Amino acid sequence: MSRVWIMAAAGLAILAALPFLASPYVLHIAVQVLILGLIYTAWSFMGRFGLVSLGHGAFLGIGAYTSALLWNLYGVTPWLGIPAGMALSVLLALVIGYPCFHLKIVGHYFALVTLALGQVVAFLIIAARDVTGGSLGMTPKAVGTSLYALQFPNRIQFYFIALGLWLLALALRHWVSFGMRRAALDAIGEDETAAAAAGIDVMREKLRVTVISAAVTSFGGSLLTQYLMYLNPETVSGVGVSLQIVFAAIAGGMYSALGPTVGALLTLALTEGLRILFGTQLIGAANTIYGILLILFIVFMPRGILGVIEDFSLSRQRRERAGPARSAGG
Amino acid sequence: MDIFLLEAMLNGLMYAGLLALLALGLNLIFGVIDVVWICYAELVMCGMYALYWLHAYYGVPFPLAAAAAILLVALLGALLHRIIIDPILGSAPINQLLATGGLLFFLQNFATLLFTTDFRNVGIRLPSLELGDIDIGYARILAFGVALLGAAGLYLFLARTFLGTAIRAISQDREIMGLMGVDARRIYLITSAIGGGLAGLAACLLVLQYDVHPFVGLSFGPITFMICVLGGLGNMIGGVLASFIMAQIIAIGGYELSVEYSQVLAFLVFIVLILIRPQGILGK
Repeated sequence: MSRVWIMAAAGLAILAALPFLASPYVLHIAVQVLILGLIYTAWSFMGRFGLVSLGHGAFLGIGAYTSALLWNLYGVTPWLGIPAGMALSVLLALVIGYPCFHLKIVGHYFALVTLALGQVVAFLIIAARDVTGGSLGMTPKAVGTSLYALQFPNRIQFYFIALGLWLLALALRHWVSFGMRRAALDAIGEDETAAAAAGIDVMREKLRVTVISAAVTSFGGSLLTQYLMYLNPETVSGVGVSLQIVFAAIAGGMYSALGPTVGALLTLALTEGLRILFGTQLIGAANTIYGILLILFIVFMPRGILGVIEDFSLSRQRRERAGPARSAGG
Repeated sequence: MDIFLLEAMLNGLMYAGLLALLALGLNLIFGVIDVVWICYAELVMCGMYALYWLHAYYGVPFPLAAAAAILLVALLGALLHRIIIDPILGSAPINQLLATGGLLFFLQNFATLLFTTDFRNVGIRLPSLELGDIDIGYARILAFGVALLGAAGLYLFLARTFLGTAIRAISQDREIMGLMGVDARRIYLITSAIGGGLAGLAACLLVLQYDVHPFVGLSFGPITFMICVLGGLGNMIGGVLASFIMAQIIAIGGYELSVEYSQVLAFLVFIVLILIRPQGILGK
C-alpha cells in the first residue's frame, strides 16, 4: 500500500512541477490531456459497468453550448452557465435513461439509442445556426483574465485549475466505483437478472451512474470551451466525438483509474506527433493509424493498455509471493 | 394538396427504397452473425469511390464498373468478417460493434489520406421525369426500382436456394445447426460477402445522386441504424417498413422545416417509438 502512495505523491509532484519546466506548447497539450482525461473518465463511469454509450457527445455539446450561449447572449457568468448545462444534461440523461433501464434496453440497443441521442443534439446545434453559428462554430466573448467569466488566458493558471478538477473526477470515480455500490454495479454488468434477484435495485444503480456520468461530461464540455475559447458542433457533439470518447477510454483501459487519461494522452500524442512529422499534407494519417490501433486493442486487449499492465504486475506479485512459500516447502 | 409537398413525399418514397436496401444488408448480418457493423455506411463509401475511379477516371463503362464495385465491397465484407469479427466471435457483442467502429475510423481517415476531402462527382446526370409540376429524377426512380429488385432477389435467394435455407436456419438456432453438420463459419463468411454486396449495390445507386467524400457515410449511416432498430434488429420486413416511415418523416420534415430539423425530428420519433416498443415495430 505504501508503495502506491509514494508513487502517487511522486506523480503529483511531477504534475505540479510540469508548468514551470515545460514549454508553452507542451503545457497546452497537457491541459487538453487533463480536460479530455476528465471527460473520458466520466464516460468510463458507465462504460465499465457494461453501459456502453455512443452518445456522450450529446452531454459534451450541451455543456459546451449552454454556458457559451448564456454568456454571449445574456452575459450570464459561467458560474451559473456551467451548472445550467449540467442540469440540462442530467435532465436529458433521466429522460433517456429511465425508460431505457425500465424496458431493459441493453447492449446493442442501448448503444444505438444513445447514438441517436448524440445525433439529435448535433443536428439541433447546426439547425439553430442563428444563435450557435451552425457548423462554423462560435467563440465565447473574451474579457481577459477574469474569475467572473472563468477565463484564464494564462496557461499555467488554467493548468492548475484543470489538474484540480481532473483529480476531483478521479476521486469521484473512486467514490462511484468502490464499496457496496461497486459490487452491485459489477453484478449488474455481469448478469442483470441475477443481480435483481439478489435484491439489487438495478434501475436505481444504473440511473445513478448515468446521471453522474452525464453531469461530469457536460462539465468537461464547458471546461474545454473555457480553455479553447472556440467551439463547433463537429468537435463537441455528434457521432465522431462520441466514438472518440469511447475509443480513447477503451484504448487506455476503462477498468483502470488512470486508463481513460492514458487514452487521452495516447490520442493527443499520436495526432500531434504525426502532425509535427508530416505537417498538414497528410490529413487523416493520425486517425488512420488510430483506427487500426483501436481494432487491434479490441481484438487483442479489450482491457486497454493499463489493464494489460495491471494484469502483468499482478501476476508478477503472485509469483513473488509464491516464490518463498515454495522454497520453504521444498 | 400542396404540389411541392407531394413532390417531397414522392422523393421520400424513392429514398425509402435505398434505405431499405441498406437496412436489409445490416439486418442480414445481424440476424445471422449477431453483429452490428457500425461501419456499414463506410463500406458503401468504398463502393462509391471504386465507381468514381473506375468510371469517371479510367472510363470503364458504368455497368461493368458497377459490377466491379459490388464485387469489391462483397470482398471487403468477407475480409471484415474474416479479419476482425471471426477472432472475437466469442466475446461480448458490444466489443464486436466497437471493433467495426475502429474500422469506421480507419476507412474514413484512410479515404481522407488517399483522396483528400474533395467532393467528387461521378459525372452522370440523368434527366427528370415530369408529371405536371412534379419533377422526379430518373436517378431516384432507378435507385428505387433496383433497390426493390435487390430486395426481391435477396428474398428469393434466402427462400429458394439451399445456401439461403442454411443461412436462415443458422439465424434461428446456431447451436443445433452445428450439430446438423453445417459449417457455421463458412455460412458466416458467405453472409458477410452478401451483406457487403448489398452495400456495393447501394453504392452504385447512391453515386448517381450524391457526391463522394470520405464522410459521406455519416449522412445515411446513423439513420440506417435507427431504421434497423426501429424495425427490430434482424427483422427484414420490419426494416423495410421502418425505412418507409423514416424516409417520409425526413422528406416531409425537410420540406416543412429544414434539412437539419427534419433529422432531429426523425431521431426524436425514433427515440419515442423505441421507448414505446423496444422490440421494434414488428417485434414479438
